[in-house]
Amino acid sequence: MAILIDQSTRIIVQGFTGKIGSFHAQDMINYGSNVVGGITPGKGGQTHLGLPVFNTVKEAVREVGAEASIIFVPPAFAADSIMEAADAGIKYCVAITDGIPTQDMMTVKNFLRRFPVEQRMILTGPNCAGTISPGRAMLGIMPGHIYMQGNVGIVGRSGTLGYEAADQMKRLGIGISSSVGIGGDPINGSSHRDILEKFEADPETKVILMIGEIGGPQEVEAGIFASKHMSKPVVAYIAGLTAPEGRRMGHAGAIISSAGESAAEKVALLKELGVTICPTPAAMGETVAAVLAKM
Amino acid sequence: MDIHEYQAKEILSGYGVKIAEGGMAYSPEEAVQRARDIGGHIWAVKAQIHSGARGKAGGIKICKTHDEVEAAAGALLGKRLVTHQTGPAGKVCGRLYIEAGTDIVKEMYFCFLVDRSTERIVMVGSAQGGMEIEELAENNPDAITKIYIEPAVGLQDYQAREMAFALGLEPELLSHAVKTIRGCYRALRELDVSMLEINPLVVTRSGELVALDAKMGFDDNALFRQQKISELRDKTQEDPREMAAADRGLSYVGLDGDIGCMINGAGLAMATMDMIKLAGGEPANFLDVGGGASAERTEKAFRLVLADKGVKAMLVNIFAGINRCDWIAEGVVEAVKKIDMKIPLIVRLSGTNVEEGRRIIAESGLPIITAETLAEAAEKAVQARNEAVAKEAAQGA
Repeated sequence: MAILIDQSTRIIVQGFTGKIGSFHAQDMINYGSNVVGGITPGKGGQTHLGLPVFNTVKEAVREVGAEASIIFVPPAFAADSIMEAADAGIKYCVAITDGIPTQDMMTVKNFLRRFPVEQRMILTGPNCAGTISPGRAMLGIMPGHIYMQGNVGIVGRSGTLGYEAADQMKRLGIGISSSVGIGGDPINGSSHRDILEKFEADPETKVILMIGEIGGPQEVEAGIFASKHMSKPVVAYIAGLTAPEGRRMGHAGAIISSAGESAAEKVALLKELGVTICPTPAAMGETVAAVLAKM
Repeated sequence: MDIHEYQAKEILSGYGVKIAEGGMAYSPEEAVQRARDIGGHIWAVKAQIHSGARGKAGGIKICKTHDEVEAAAGALLGKRLVTHQTGPAGKVCGRLYIEAGTDIVKEMYFCFLVDRSTERIVMVGSAQGGMEIEELAENNPDAITKIYIEPAVGLQDYQAREMAFALGLEPELLSHAVKTIRGCYRALRELDVSMLEINPLVVTRSGELVALDAKMGFDDNALFRQQKISELRDKTQEDPREMAAADRGLSYVGLDGDIGCMINGAGLAMATMDMIKLAGGEPANFLDVGGGASAERTEKAFRLVLADKGVKAMLVNIFAGINRCDWIAEGVVEAVKKIDMKIPLIVRLSGTNVEEGRRIIAESGLPIITAETLAEAAEKAVQARNEAVAKEAAQGA
């Protein structure tokens, strides 16, 4: 199985005909993702990369049965695009866009919560690298070739640090069921906890690697969830040991602004909750390997 | 983005929040003139720096004569104030706010902020004002009231009343308090405020509710639609290197260590810095060069890192996804040739076209130390730094 996407998932690209949208749409097609079209308001009826362009997401759902969407729309308009996808009945949406205002994301989250759970669109991101189910489908901007198919689930805030983890695992011959980027923003679509829940339910995933960072409560919330509701082992690395308090480390959400948000504090709390901690970022692969070996 | 107290007060005043009479001064003479304009017999001379806890750092002086105002202004202007929020480097005071003295009968704490756990705006208040909220949270958490705002309907009057009672306000002040709280909330929503703190909020002898201090922070991601707020930026309060980086589209944070870093991606940057620390070194900076690290961008990033004269070695760690290791390698080689680097450089490339990238570095003939893994890169960087320091010491001796 894998989670969120596989080779049959019908994908559309919002912001399809732009430079970035086009580049990554082609990359996803090359990987084998089932891209069925894209959205650029005003360009409906045209063909781009050999695929139909639609004016609205609703049209794409109606005409080509779109199920998942990836958003490359500029920050000022991205929240609107996410809500359009949710309203059109898209089941899963990845927002790549970096720089969406926090209040816009609060509106988006509130909008999503108005749908009954079974009809509610799952959102990951914004400000993320997307999701990949290696060997099946890629809904993101990552280098697909560094991921090997297998049984470890990855959830993380950062793009390149997630690549680093996948690369360390590949060197050790460890594959990945799905890797999900939840993004570096303070308010995001899905939390670490939300994705852990999906991995727990996925029969193919045996171990989960959670790559967190300073700022916010999500890693610890995920740890609490894991200790109470998960049978599968969770391995974690928290980036930002050297980050000073009150300084934003690149990601909008990577800032220690209150108690419990530093890397050291998160690591201590996660340890107490039974999560296996990677001693260094260079040991993500070997820590996962050690946990797998014990199973 | 942060703004000064006087700017925050001016904004809040426009939203119906009562503030004490005051004015700006850039010199002791101006400060005295402001005190004269305000009148009365007592004034507060307040250093305008982007930080809370200014009082403890000696940034607020209460004066009873014009001579005292002049002396206080003279002492504060140009002074570097260090608070726990500024870090050890402190912030230089270039502007003063002269305010009429307030006869206080009650001090309270009040703020609005974005709560990441509930993904809502939360209103926080305490009848015990004047203290930092962190102290209060530690010593007396029960004295803090938190009220969460439902985003779709916004702040309701009953919530404002609940807060007013939690602050211990008398019934006569209720309508004034509701107006003040609603005004703050409106400012927050309309101006993309991420944090608004009034500490202390006070009741005066004459029975008014006054914002005695005000701190506002804005969502950087929303500045594109807040032109007037963007104009309030005081560049003297920001690290010049960080600003230079931001102007070049790079994300930089200066730190106290001596191993310079250039990395793509915020998470990998933090992880690489962690690795340096675990290998026994200290990073000099956080620097995320982003996804499309072109040769031009690489050169700018190098110049930025090397502008810190304390840097003894530099580590480049790039995981090429969208971009390619060969392009990065070419950029690095070009930058090193142009800049004439005097310190050891350690480069670790990974990802797309890595062999080609390594070949370019190896064939460049430049004294670049290469590493294959993250651990190796950090160890080599720390080793090179230690050797450089030892060599310097030997030359000095």
